[in-house]
Amino acid sequence: MSRSDEPAAPSAITAEWTAVRAIESFITQTLAVAAAEVQKLRHDPLELFTRAIQPVLWLMLFGEVMARVRGVAPGNIPYLDFLAAGILAQSALFVAIFYGISAIWERDLGVLQRYLVSPAPRSALVLGKALSAGVRGLSQAVIVYVLALLLGVGIELNPLNMLGVAAAIVLGSGLFATLSLIIACIVKTRERFMGIGQVLTMPIFFASNAIYPLSLMPDWLRTVSHANPLTYEVDILRALMLRSGTSDYGLVIDFGLLAATTGVLVAIAARMYRRMGY
Amino acid sequence: MPADSAVAKSRNIAVQISALTRCFGGLTAVDHVDFTVLQGEIFGLIGPNGAGKSTLIRMLTTLLPPTSGSATVAGYDIVSQSADVRRHIGYVPQLLSADGSLTGYENMQLSARLYGVARPERKERIVRALARMGLTEAAHHLVGHYSGGMIRRLEIAQSLLHRPTVLFLDEPTVGLDPGARDTVWERVVDLRDRFQRTMIVTSHHMDEIEEFCDRVALIDHGQIVAIGTAAELKARVGPGATLDDVFIKLVAPTSEIETGGGYVEVRRARRAERDHG
Repeated sequence: MSRSDEPAAPSAITAEWTAVRAIESFITQTLAVAAAEVQKLRHDPLELFTRAIQPVLWLMLFGEVMARVRGVAPGNIPYLDFLAAGILAQSALFVAIFYGISAIWERDLGVLQRYLVSPAPRSALVLGKALSAGVRGLSQAVIVYVLALLLGVGIELNPLNMLGVAAAIVLGSGLFATLSLIIACIVKTRERFMGIGQVLTMPIFFASNAIYPLSLMPDWLRTVSHANPLTYEVDILRALMLRSGTSDYGLVIDFGLLAATTGVLVAIAARMYRRMGY
Repeated sequence: MPADSAVAKSRNIAVQISALTRCFGGLTAVDHVDFTVLQGEIFGLIGPNGAGKSTLIRMLTTLLPPTSGSATVAGYDIVSQSADVRRHIGYVPQLLSADGSLTGYENMQLSARLYGVARPERKERIVRALARMGLTEAAHHLVGHYSGGMIRRLEIAQSLLHRPTVLFLDEPTVGLDPGARDTVWERVVDLRDRFQRTMIVTSHHMDEIEEFCDRVALIDHGQIVAIGTAAELKARVGPGATLDDVFIKLVAPTSEIETGGGYVEVRRARRAERDHG
């Protein structure tokens, strides 16, 4: 079957049109993957409630005790306020970092093959998965906001700030979910993944500014924390979520670093994702 | 194959495979396979477990790159034009590929969007495809509650939404009861007769292959050991032979440990059976 007999008119207009169409279908394909995730959450919202337990425990048990220790939080921010932003980032991280499990699950089931035989670019599939994790992260944000308000945390309710928090959550969740996907592509079994996931969450969480400021850390740990994307996600959350919040690094740098890291990880994951079908 | 190329002149070639090979470590799963499938043919692939059928299909659907050799599907090269191949094929894998935590309609929606079915057409095509597969009533139920036959029909509907020229069906009737099996085959034959779709089907049920496939290839140890119509294959063995006899006669006996395709394949096959049954 010859395909070369199609009317060929490589004018500038058609070339532009093709590019527009390609971008349009890329967006449709990315959103399709994320839309499926939203539909799944709608069918089974119970998971959202079970996911709420961990942030509740952190804020109510750990937070209430640590709030009595003087001098942990910098400046005049109450410790519970300081912690609330960190716990939001943490709960989104925990959801995202185990996201690779669902990719392995889909591979074992055969659902992955359906994605991989579709003409959608691998990068659209990976980005769709990242966005799906962002959707789950947002549901965590709702829970932490409600909880923080109940505990009397000074939450900033300006819609623009909340929009910024949502963007940071989607970006941060997408970043760690993509990292998780890369690990899933390497280890390929759920058992091995569980082990690695556990090992990863601890340093990412503790070597960051999530529950204490970097100023309390020894130098080497502070350096590690500066290389940890979670630190910049927490920095955004602390600046935008709290009435008394400020950013240490500046929001432009925070968002820039998160977006660039996510971009690199998506590019790597897209190359590896196809191997999941082997 | 001279007979093959003579027919090919009068009809379009849907799939052309030459010297296609895939190795896994020291094992050659598919070993220099050549054959041609014409447009509008239902082409059966038979062979023992682990013979290389699934590996061959995974290469033709671009899921797995070949070690050497080449193939075109719907006129596109499976390596250099893999995205074009994917745009023109449908694939129903042996494993469960519909998402159990979505409804039938949502599964169809996902496929339509991934395959770039234009938004104004989407809904109509989905509704029509579900109706054709007898799934209208179940459209908004979770696929997790479907029967095996319904899931298979949904998967076929999903893989046809973008009107592919070639459809790959890997063990489409595994684990289905006879009624559900007949329904699946009815749809397959209907697709050929009404839309001239080309289909490549694997199955362990020789009766199905004999009844519904235009031509059959028998694969053993990664190589084609016989190819032709079911009648031609049977004639090779002797008068009164069945396709089962062909299978037993032409497939080289292997040691007990080798048959069965290994632990992973058996586990997969059983799971596919359980999921669809």
